[in-house]
Formats: sequence, structure tokens, C-alpha cells
Amino acid sequence: MTILVAAETEQDLLDRFQRAAFGYFLEYVNPDNGLVADTSRAGSPASIAVVGFALSCYPVGVERGWMTRAEATRLTLAALDFFCASVQSAQPDATGYKGFYYHFLDMTTGRRSRRSELSLIDTTFLLAGVLTASVYYDRDSPCEGRIREQADRMVRRVDWRWGCNGAATARQGWKPKSGFLHYGWEGYSEASLLYALGLGSPTHPLADDSFAAWTATYQWESIYDINLLYAGPLFIHQFSHAWIDFEGIQDCFMRAKGSDYFENSRRATYVQQEYARRNPYGFKAYGADCWGFTANDGPGPLTMRVDGRKRRIFGYVARGVPYGPDDGTIGPAAALASLPFAPEISLSALRHFCRHFPDMIENSRLPSGFNPTLARAGASGWVAAGQFGLDQGIIVLMIENYRTRMIWTLMRRCPDLRRGLLRAGFTGGWLS
Amino acid sequence: MTDDVAPPDLDESGPLEALIDNIHPPNWRNPVPRSPYHLVVIGAGPAGVTAAREAAELGARVALIESAQIGGVRLNAGCVSSKAVIRSARFYAEMRAAEDCGWQSVGNADAHFPAMMARMQRIRARLSRIASAQRLREAGVDVYFGAARFRGGDLVAVADATLQFGKAIIATGTRPLIPAIPGLAAAGYLTNETVFALRECPRRLLVLGGGPLGCEMAQAYCRIGAQVFIVQEEPMFLPREERDAAQILSDALAKDGVAIHPNTNAVAVRTDGDSKIVDLQCDGDRFSVTVDAILVGVGRAPNIENLRLDTVMVDATADVGITVDDLLRTSNPHIYAAGDVCMADKYTHAAEASARIAVANALFLGRQRVSALAIPCCTYTDPEIAHVGLYLRDMWDRSIPVKTFTVLMHDVDRAVTDGEDEGFVKIHVREGTDRILGASVVASRAGEMINELSLAISAGVGLRQLARVIHTYPTQAQAIKMAADAYNRTRLTPRRKAVIASWLDR
Repeated sequence: MTILVAAETEQDLLDRFQRAAFGYFLEYVNPDNGLVADTSRAGSPASIAVVGFALSCYPVGVERGWMTRAEATRLTLAALDFFCASVQSAQPDATGYKGFYYHFLDMTTGRRSRRSELSLIDTTFLLAGVLTASVYYDRDSPCEGRIREQADRMVRRVDWRWGCNGAATARQGWKPKSGFLHYGWEGYSEASLLYALGLGSPTHPLADDSFAAWTATYQWESIYDINLLYAGPLFIHQFSHAWIDFEGIQDCFMRAKGSDYFENSRRATYVQQEYARRNPYGFKAYGADCWGFTANDGPGPLTMRVDGRKRRIFGYVARGVPYGPDDGTIGPAAALASLPFAPEISLSALRHFCRHFPDMIENSRLPSGFNPTLARAGASGWVAAGQFGLDQGIIVLMIENYRTRMIWTLMRRCPDLRRGLLRAGFTGGWLS
Repeated sequence: MTDDVAPPDLDESGPLEALIDNIHPPNWRNPVPRSPYHLVVIGAGPAGVTAAREAAELGARVALIESAQIGGVRLNAGCVSSKAVIRSARFYAEMRAAEDCGWQSVGNADAHFPAMMARMQRIRARLSRIASAQRLREAGVDVYFGAARFRGGDLVAVADATLQFGKAIIATGTRPLIPAIPGLAAAGYLTNETVFALRECPRRLLVLGGGPLGCEMAQAYCRIGAQVFIVQEEPMFLPREERDAAQILSDALAKDGVAIHPNTNAVAVRTDGDSKIVDLQCDGDRFSVTVDAILVGVGRAPNIENLRLDTVMVDATADVGITVDDLLRTSNPHIYAAGDVCMADKYTHAAEASARIAVANALFLGRQRVSALAIPCCTYTDPEIAHVGLYLRDMWDRSIPVKTFTVLMHDVDRAVTDGEDEGFVKIHVREGTDRILGASVVASRAGEMINELSLAISAGVGLRQLARVIHTYPTQAQAIKMAADAYNRTRLTPRRKAVIASWLDR
């Protein structure tokens, strides 16, 4: 493997990892309803966000020759037909309500699973995939025409105003018994896309001032002499960016700071690298090429001594830097997903992972997390079992954006997204 | 009904007797009124005592009316008591973590609750001396014990006396707000007024509320040995503070072993023998915890009910308290208010500062404004969470462009050597300037560190000047200097660099 990685060109290396990640969606999709498993673990429910990633990945697969357009159309239509026909009601076992969907669904029946919440953010990622499909499948054929119709139906029935429950910002979710979760999307997070799509809705858009309310708790910080809009976990700087080409477009906040969200993600990536170089808590393997702190699976909960001090080790949690939590667990997919923003250090990290932690990479697929501080047989220490759909999805999309800007280019043509960005106050760049 | 606790007058310990002698002497005789008083102060907590002393020192005839005990929440139900308990708890926690500092073993580190509470009482007694009823009398203040009631015009009654005033200051403070949870009153609960009179450490304690009191006591009692649950309606503790601060605090509590239940409401309380069963609800999921005691810390209610404010046309609301303007004037131009009863910032130091303003404005035609104060605050958990000045949301509301200079405590040498490297210093400046608008500190001794930033804000010292202040090395406060240095580095723009380069190459 060492020889292979050293000899492999950048294109070959990226192709290998992108294709492997793409394979997840073909492997874990239910072709009857288009639902895709949250993780590769046995018994995993479907995640609507993972379906959104899948719908965005299929066009990549078509363009790269990894699947036929007919196959992609069939899987896409299966998903869209399922969602359009699924039960939308306040009943606890429905699939969705008010145009939104439950975070987790049963892979077979498509009904609510794990008593999950009606999720605004996960519906957002689903809709991003739906909109990607509606733009990509532009041929004058019955199937592709139906994709566009069904996509339109799904987008139109989302009641974003209801999703605010009278507050200035969108709520995080709703449950049939208890109603809205009593906290909203406030402060910088992965929800840029939520506001862009919510504001761009042709039927029930978010209020004009919702975006401003969301940005009210933004923090422009100088950390390690790097100026950025702060958010700790790396995925926050990546997920909305998979669909929105933020380079050169600015909202009110970024105009005032002379930056944009693309540049911000580049800086956030460098903060991650710098934190790993400083490695304040003495975890194993951290360094300039070994970083990636994000929401991911971990070996906990447990407590152990690290560098002479007692440390809490977490399970699945949103890890972040520099404030933590940090328990020695690295999210390799997050490091790779920063490829469009900071290719020099992302690629270097990927080669480092391949060289030094080959045992955590399964058939060129990266795990949700690994923790070299926890002694195990291999160099990687603890390794999360299986793979997570979100990791594989972000890898496919971000490698593609780095290589061809394909998803970004497609979504520039999405009128809903464009309208939403303009309503949020974005100007300049490709919006001009 | 509140839990069975030891009322002060039943305790036979020496320190407590001394304390009672200071804060409400059993044989105290109210003075003969020297009406009309220049100033009548109602309430002898931090605000009231400060106002009375200040006015008396300036030569005013002053009456101070207290319905219960001198010292208010600071001495009797909050700051002093909790800090004494927190000190004990932190010490136990450090002993248990002795291995982190290279000790193999420190033997048994079992908390001795009665000894700890006795220590706290001794400290209260000692600190009560300075503001005792006797000392206040010696300072020229006429101290009356009894419930105050306005009687219209310029009159206020206490016990069997009626006092006439030129100006009055209401400083009656607040009391714990008790949530309307079915069964809570019947089951019994503790508040900040009773938790420090416990004879035994509860084996299982449920804390309602994730504000400063709730977080401090949850951590302290957990460290002392109780199994603690903390229930918070909001998603994060300390909703006013930075979310990173709240996250670090949440992690710290969890590390100590506190069971944390955010986004959760207590919906009912039942009893089963000596146990209390609390039904909790979180996003539709309902579950119960069984505890021995419940500590309520969900907010404060102003003490205004018995004052008969209507007779003097002083406006007030049951939730916010007495309505005042920026000069601390009530709707009656002869009556002012100070401290918790009228201020959003309910801290001892804020109460004292407001009392000084009220005295100056009431007696000396002052125009001092509360909004001009830079009031720091601190939650005394481990690590401590401190703040001064504006919050980010305030700045956004006022359309102030802001930039934050952040230094992590894990980059501060002394924090690392002390093994106290969790936390940060964040200094908010107006974008493009070095003017400090606010600051947050999360550190082992954040309450001490924030004072430097309070000074800087009050004195108008900017980051540029702060960077020139030599700080002792190694100290944790050096984090503040490091943030100022970070600001200075931003001044080295590419243009300035080019000028410097051309100078060097001349």
C-alpha cells in the first residue's frame, strides 16, 4: 500500500477514493423506494440526508461512467416517487409532515424510525439532492420529465414558515407528541443551505429577516492569528458548501469582513491543522497531516488516562476545535472533504492516512472515525465499524467539486437556490 | 413547604450565634426616629447597606430598614455561603485528581459534610462583622428591623414607627422563583436560602435550572459526593453566555459525574417515603428520576409585595421588579431603587455599584447612569465563566461590527503547568479599532482575570495599550496580554510590512 500511494497520481488517488465512496450508495440503497441506509451497519435505518447526498451523487456517477443515466434515473425516480406518495401527517408513524420528513425512516416501509424528529436540516439536505436531480435530468424524456415534476411537488409543499413556529429563526425539529423542539438554528452552522432553500421557496418561504436573525450570533474570531467566522466541527464548514458555490459571493456579514464562506472554510481547515500541530492534550498521531475534527463516531463513552491526565472519550459527538470536545478521535472524511478549500493540506492528509493508517481504510472507503490513542492491534487504534453515508456523500461531492466544480455548476442553475441566496442578501460573483 | 433544614436559631454552634448577633441581634431595639430622614433605605442587602453607609458617610440622616437579616443574598443565601462550599468541593476534587499532578495516592478523600458546613458558617460569621447592625449604628445609620410599608406621601412605616423621608431607596432584593410544578411544594424543595443549612449531604440531588446557581451547586454537591441530576429547559447552560463557554461548562459537569438533562422540563413531583420522584419530559420522552432532595434555581422574583408601592405611585411588575430609568429613578421622583429588585444584573457588585449611583442621584442631583457601568459577572464553577461588557448579541442589536481575539488557555504556559488548561479568553473589539466592548473568560480563576478587562473597559484602555502592559510570567492572566498581542499583529498590514522592508533595505 505504501508503494502504491507514493506512486499514485493525484487524479488516481482521488478517483479511487471517490469511486469507493460512490459505491456506498449503490450498495446500501433500497432500489424499490430509493432510500439509502444511514450507515453500513446491519439494521441501519435510512437517513433522509443520506438520500439527499445519494441523489446528488448519481449525476456524478453518470458523468464518471460508474453508472448509466438510465440506472441513475431509475433510482432517483424511485426516491422521488416514494417521497411524493409517502404519508404526510401528524401521525407518529408517518413519513413526514408539512413537507418535511423524519430524520430516520424504515428502509423498507419508509415510515418514521427510532422515534426520530421531523428534521428541518436533514430535509434540507434531502431537498438539495432533489433539486440537484431536477437540474441535472434536463432531457425531454418521460422519466426525466417526471423527476422534474416530482421534485417540484416536493419543494412546493415544504412549509418553511410553519417550521419557524412563530420565531425569527427556523426550529431544529418537531415531534408528533411534544411539538417543536424548543431550540432553533441560530449561530453559524451547517444550516446556510437551510436558509437559502427556505428563503427561496416558491410557496411558503422563510421571513425576510430570518437570515439576519440566524447570523445574529455569528462570531468573527482571530484564532491562532487566523481570522474566521468560527464554528468548531469541520462538517459545518463543508455540508452546505457541497451544493452552494460560495466563492466570490458575499452576504452582509462577509461583505463587512472582506471575506466569503469559501475562504472561511479554507481558514477553518487551517485552524484544524494548526490545532493538531499544537495537540494540546497529547493525543497520539496528531500533526500537520493528521487532523479532522467533526461530528463523527467515537470509541466512548469511557474514561482513560492520556498524557498523565484523565480524559473523557466520547461516542458519536460533534467534535470541534479549538474548544473541543477533543478525545483523540479523527474524522478522516472531514479532512478529505476540505479538498476544494485547502487542497494542499487535504491531499497531504489523505496520503498520510493511506501511508500510516492503512488498517482503518476498507476498500478505499474511510471510516467515520479512528482513534490512534486507544491501543489496538493496528496503527489506527480504535476504528469506527463500517461506513457512514454522510461521510461517503460529502467525499463524492467535494472531490467532484474540486475536480470539475460539477455540483456547484449544476446548482447555480437552480432558481430556488439563487432566489434564496439573493433574499438572504448575497451579491457578487456568479450571482451578478 | 421547603425541605427540613436547620433554621439558624436552632443551631447551637458558636459561629452561628456570632453571626446572628451581627445580622439580626435578638435584643435589638429600633431607634427613636430622627425624622425627617434625608434618606430612608429599605432592605439591608448589599445595595441597601452600601447606600446607607455612603449616605451616612456624606453626612446624611439615614434610616435603614431590614425585615430579616442584614447582608441579603450575598451573606445569608448565596455568594459567601456558596463560595465557601465550592472551595471545599474544589479541594476534594483536586485531591481525587492528585494523580494528575504526580501523586501516587493521597489516601481517602472522603468529604465530611458537617465539618464543611461548619467552616462555611464560620466564614459567614467572620464576614458579617463588617456590616453588622452595631457597626452600621456606629457609622451613623439608624437601623430598624421590621417590615417596611409605604404610607403615601413621604412616609414609610416599620414596626411601630413611622419614618418621614426626603428621598427613599428601595433595595429589597429578590427571592427564589418557585416554578409551578404539580407536587413540588408538597414534596418539599431547597432553594439558595435553605441549601446552605442542610445537616447532611443529600445522597441524590436534582437541580432544577442551569443558571449560575444551579450549575455551581450541581458541580459542588456532585464533588462532595451526591449523585446529582441537573435539569435545564434550554439546550445550553447559562443561556446568556457564549455557547463555547456553555459547552465547556457542560463537559466539565459531565466529567465530574453530573447527569445532564438539557431541553428537559420537570412536569410533576411525587413522594415515596423519604424519596422524591420527579417526572421529566424531553422532546416528548417522559422519564423519572428518584432523589432525596430538589434544589430550585430557575430564577428570582422581586420582593415588592408588602411594600404598598401603590400608595406612593411606584410602578413595578411581578416578574421584572421595580421600574426604573437609567438614573435609577422610579415613577415617583422622590423614590429610587437599587440592586436586584430593579436590575437585570443580579450580582452583589452590581447591587453595590447601583446603590452608589442611587445615592448620588437621589441626594446630590447626580446624573450618573447605570448603562455606563461595565458590570462583570462570574459563574463560579470549575472552570469559572466570567464576562464583562457587551455580549455579541447586544453588539449585533446595535449594529456594531465586532471582531473577537481569542486565546486558548491550553496555549498559556501557566495554565498548562497548573493543569488548568480548559477554557479561553475572548476579547471583543469594535472592528477596525482596538476598543474593547466586551470580554469572556473561561478559566480556573476567570473571576479574577476578568477584573483586568473590566478595568480596561472602564478606563477606556484599548488592546494596543494593553499589549504594552507587562504581565508577570508565568501567570494565567497572560492570556489577556496574548490576545492583545494578537491584535497588534493584525496592525502589521502588507503595506506596513512593505514600508518596514524598504526601511531595512535602505
